[in-house]
Amino acid sequence: MLRSRLIQAASSAQRAFSTSQKALAAKQMTVRDALNSALDEELARDDRVFILGEEVAQYDGAYKVSRGLWKKYGDKRVIDTPITEMGFAGIAVGAAMAGLRPVCEFMTWNFSMQAIDHIINSAAKTFYMSAGAVNVPIVFRGPNGAASGVAAQHSQCFAAWYAHCPGLKVISPYDSEDARGLLKAAIRDPDPVVFLENELVYGTAFPVADNVADKDFVVPIGKAKIMRPGKDITLVAHSKAVETSLLAAAELAKKGIEAEVINLRSIRPLDTATIFASVRKTHHLVTVENGWPQHGVGAEICARIMEDQTFFELDAPVWRCAGVDVPMPYAKTLELHALPRVQDVVEATLKVLGGKVGKAVAAAK
Amino acid sequence: MFPAGLAYSLRFLRCGAHFSSADLPRPQPPKECIEVLAHHKPKQQGKGETYDGPRFICLQKDFKLHRLTEGPSMMVSLNKLEALRYYRQLLALRHLEMAASNLYKERLIRGFCHLYTGQEACAVGIRAAMGEQDKVISGYRIHGWAYMMGVSAQGVLAELTGRLTGCSGGKGGSMHMYGKNFYGGTGIVGDQVPLGAGLAFAGKYLKDESVSLAIYGDGAANQGQIFETFNMAQLWKLPIIFICENNNYGMGTSSNRSSSNNEYYTRGDHLPGIQVDGQDVLAVRSATTFAIQHAKEIGPLILELKTYRYGGHSMSDPGTSYRSREEIQKVKMEQDPIKSFQQVIMKEFNISQDEIKELDKLVKIEIEEATKAARCDEEPSLPHLWSDVYSGYYEGYIRNIREHSLKHINLHRIYDVKA
Repeated sequence: MLRSRLIQAASSAQRAFSTSQKALAAKQMTVRDALNSALDEELARDDRVFILGEEVAQYDGAYKVSRGLWKKYGDKRVIDTPITEMGFAGIAVGAAMAGLRPVCEFMTWNFSMQAIDHIINSAAKTFYMSAGAVNVPIVFRGPNGAASGVAAQHSQCFAAWYAHCPGLKVISPYDSEDARGLLKAAIRDPDPVVFLENELVYGTAFPVADNVADKDFVVPIGKAKIMRPGKDITLVAHSKAVETSLLAAAELAKKGIEAEVINLRSIRPLDTATIFASVRKTHHLVTVENGWPQHGVGAEICARIMEDQTFFELDAPVWRCAGVDVPMPYAKTLELHALPRVQDVVEATLKVLGGKVGKAVAAAK
Repeated sequence: MFPAGLAYSLRFLRCGAHFSSADLPRPQPPKECIEVLAHHKPKQQGKGETYDGPRFICLQKDFKLHRLTEGPSMMVSLNKLEALRYYRQLLALRHLEMAASNLYKERLIRGFCHLYTGQEACAVGIRAAMGEQDKVISGYRIHGWAYMMGVSAQGVLAELTGRLTGCSGGKGGSMHMYGKNFYGGTGIVGDQVPLGAGLAFAGKYLKDESVSLAIYGDGAANQGQIFETFNMAQLWKLPIIFICENNNYGMGTSSNRSSSNNEYYTRGDHLPGIQVDGQDVLAVRSATTFAIQHAKEIGPLILELKTYRYGGHSMSDPGTSYRSREEIQKVKMEQDPIKSFQQVIMKEFNISQDEIKELDKLVKIEIEEATKAARCDEEPSLPHLWSDVYSGYYEGYIRNIREHSLKHINLHRIYDVKA
């Protein structure tokens, strides 16, 4: 069964490595611990919060995100479900309609396709259809995007899928601060939230400021974060692509190019104000994402810019770095080339700054 | 300042002021009836004397049981107040759908319009057995259910005509009506079953002593998610009744062409089930009473209500290509839930034709007034288009057709279904 394969992959991904932001004095926190502590504190804070999903309780979570919570909160609050995504997602939505605050875990977002009807038709639309009578305070969460070596059905980004639908809030955290602050905000939010984690960074330790550990530390939904300021070009990314962008920015810095890296954090609502402000400063933009390009997050950002005065601030066309437009292959080399790498972002940046993007790409072929 | 604010508060008042027979006092819990039956024998009536106490009526058709040793009571109690209430409710549902049908033909109702005509005894009987705290969710054939759960006739009909005074402010339409403890209203066949189990889950979690009722049709009975839900409901002993209103046709496909086993009360594996005459309001009430007790004390079960829809699947279906006119006529003649109940109450309580006519008149007036309002009430003003997409704060603007220019409006709650 592929699920067990995924779990192996998760544990192999636990080896910690940190990105360029090395603040030696700062506390370190893994994304897994960030999520786990957020769940723990929100369970303690509000009796109506409960977790349900496959293997969330006695197994301690397929990816150990809910580790220890069943022991602490018991059968009532942390509930193992059978492998029936549509059924338990529907039950979770019904419970939210009746006043509870479920955290519904999908072992991975790939399996949410079995339940997408309840996410879209039951959760996202009910508040509007009832003219404000029935709200649905629910968090759907789990690992999203490409894992490693698990092939096409288990390697896919759903950010664009869910962000397409009004009524949902869609969050894609990158580091531990994001994961902790946004998950707490999502659980407290009165609307349905799609919370897209990334398995590959669960084990990564990120430096966090002291206030991140506060019980009431929340990150506002709908606000992007500038991870690295720069004046020459803006790189906009979400989830693990933020890491790719930060590494690319470090490479570019060696060439004397100062890239500003924006971590979107929220896909819907999309913080265009932060993107526009950055583009007005840098006049160049590259979007980076691990999802497919067509109708993707990058495509939306391009469109938003064209609809705004910011378009006239651009000195070159916006360029997208996205996953190759194919289902994810299994073989290591093919998989490696299916997602944007640091050098892809560096090259895209150089070409955008060079002002000859089209020609350069044609020449490369 | 929101321009439609005044209209909005008016609507609030109107909804509150409107009379609905669903607001009438609830029937006695039948458990008491059984006690009454044991200790109290009706007096022999002398000539000229009238007796207004409860009557004890033996149901006509047996219940069929699945994995149950004992079923609902075949001897039911009925007093005059209840009898008149149920009769009035049955009539109201019939007239409500007649009004809906007319409004549809006048092209005042758009899109889908699924009528409940012929199935009235199901909603009236179930409602009669429910407690105030019990919750209901159904599918797309819900005009009658909304009414039974306390939405006024105007609330239903004005929703159908897409008016601000509709129970969903004109934003839900035929399939999306909500009320206190009434969660709609889903247009996706089968969705209401896990959602209903979620309501039951919340009831158990919050220990509010409620039972939830998920109502679906024979068409939905083959959806995979229903079996997923049966499993979890039984595993977690959720206080839920799965109610299959078997009207014999899922759109135009008869149950024996859609289901390898069309004894729907047996479809829950080890879940107990009861088949009920869905045309008999007292049988439905008796079965629901039993089921509520069972759901509270033991766990979930299935009720299959054998019923029949007189009309097509929706207003666009004449309903005659997959069944004969004779078949429809036969049910109308022999198993009409209103006619048969009328006979029962006329016989049991000496209710005269004049009294029946008077009741009929009252219901007609209620529905006519509601229809008039549904025709004339104003449509929701434009800002309703971008209101209540989210209940909490939403950062940024909602996109209009050409640009992001709409500041999201929160109109707060019409009524809090969780209150």
